[in-house]
Amino acid sequence: MGYKSAPNRIKIGPVSTLEREKELLKGLAANEKEAIETIYRDNYNLIQHLVIHNNGTEDDARDVFQEALIVLYEKAKSGSFELNCQVRTYIYSVCRRIWLKKLQQNRRFESPVENLEETVPVEEDLEQHDKLSHQYGIMRSAMGKIGEPCKSLLEAFYVHHKNMLEIAAFFGYTNADNAKNQKYKCLMRLKKLFFAQYKNGN
Amino acid sequence: MDQILLLEAAERYLRGEMNPEETRLFEEMRKNNPEVDQLVVEHQFFLEEMDRYGEIKRFKATLYDTHHTLQENGEIKEVTSSGKGKIAYLWNRYRRVVAVAASIAGITALLISGLILMITPKTPIQDIEALKRQVNLLEKRTNTQDRQINDVRKKIEPGTAIKFGGTSFLVDPKGYLVTSAHVIQGASRIFLQNSKGQDFHAEIVYNDEQKDLAILKIDDEDYRQPSALPYGISKSSTDLAEPVFTLGFPKDEIVYGEGYLSARTGLKGDTMAYQISIAANPGNSGGPILNEKGEVIGILNARQTTADGVVFAVKARNIVRMVDELKKKDSSQQIRISRNTTLQNLNRVQQVKKITDCIYMVKVVLK
Repeated sequence: MGYKSAPNRIKIGPVSTLEREKELLKGLAANEKEAIETIYRDNYNLIQHLVIHNNGTEDDARDVFQEALIVLYEKAKSGSFELNCQVRTYIYSVCRRIWLKKLQQNRRFESPVENLEETVPVEEDLEQHDKLSHQYGIMRSAMGKIGEPCKSLLEAFYVHHKNMLEIAAFFGYTNADNAKNQKYKCLMRLKKLFFAQYKNGN
Repeated sequence: MDQILLLEAAERYLRGEMNPEETRLFEEMRKNNPEVDQLVVEHQFFLEEMDRYGEIKRFKATLYDTHHTLQENGEIKEVTSSGKGKIAYLWNRYRRVVAVAASIAGITALLISGLILMITPKTPIQDIEALKRQVNLLEKRTNTQDRQINDVRKKIEPGTAIKFGGTSFLVDPKGYLVTSAHVIQGASRIFLQNSKGQDFHAEIVYNDEQKDLAILKIDDEDYRQPSALPYGISKSSTDLAEPVFTLGFPKDEIVYGEGYLSARTGLKGDTMAYQISIAANPGNSGGPILNEKGEVIGILNARQTTADGVVFAVKARNIVRMVDELKKKDSSQQIRISRNTTLQNLNRVQQVKKITDCIYMVKVVLK
């Protein structure tokens, strides 16, 4: 049976699909809205079904799906991602793994999560992702501690890539130099907070 | 300030914002000064972290927007917003709890119905069962045994079948007792047996079947009247939850029972009676219900067969009324109901010891 269906699958999934998915991943890595929307549209309902039929809520489904997209994003950006399976399969595998872990943590785990789709091993990718998201968490908590206007100022510069003139205008500094001065003061404090926690965490 | 300048220089260097001359000078400084080098390495790591933080933050914002856009366009289904989905979700989530609860309920129901079947008497259930005790004191015996008994018990003629038993108690030391009317229903002769086993012949002086009360008078030479009764008959009403106790003859020996007043009215709101939660059995009928002070507050007369431990008692003030009626009808009866209790400051054991002598078993010889 399996041998017979194999040629069929090639017909259903022609080479153009592979090309399309490569394009999607490129778009994802570049944080392009269309690519993300396409991936979202194609896969979200599957994951929502998975989570809700395994003791989850709609919010759980959204969190799990978005985390899986972050995993995919990190992988696509790293450039080391070789597409050896469909994006759908990869996302499903990651979501299934994440959700299983959450169920186990919350002791809501009752029966093995139903496996509707084929899966690929994603443990290594998730380990890498956990490490990265831990560091992201440290930065976020450090950002949360420095207070305003430092947080907004630094995010304007480092996250939204505004230039110092724009920042000076937006935050009401008389000139770009004043804003820059303030930015470095804030940056010193942020670094202190970040490294204190980073060293504690490791 | 120097720190800030240095940090700025490091950042500009790392971001490639220095001109070649500046870069050369800064690299030289880095080579000669390990602290500067350390700062550069540290800041490089920090900037990478910062970049990644920014990237993920921007990416998350995009995801958030996308989710909203698609949701607004209806391109991703809202599952829990529809009633069916919510039920499916709740069912999925709690089906095990539901299953456990349902089986517990099932088992409990089976157990309870089993228990009820086990303890329910086989006789047809009546709502109210008068607390009569079927006494078959005298079974068929040999003639010689009969004769021996006859010799001992002169008062009760040989061969007399005593059918029903109940309880009565003195209300006047002269030998007036109160019991339930249903206890003496259909009696031709009545004998009262005290706690020591002596039998006394008694007459019915007054019978009020509506109140389910009767007054008996001991008509026997052997009766030695006490100087006074330890308890009084209370006219006032009793409070809910007040502890009460009773003494009676559900068997051939006097039996003590304890309970509390559970309702101020009797069956179906009967204001003549109290509802009392107490263990009572056939034979307790006609027994006094006493409160903690040792006042008689009621006469036990019935129990509800559909509930356990629910007993009804005619309120004691009905005794007073009945005696008044009796006096009107028959002026020869000089009843003076005992009104004072001397049991107030005694403990229960001492109270019961004193009361016991005033409680009599009613034996009825049917017509």
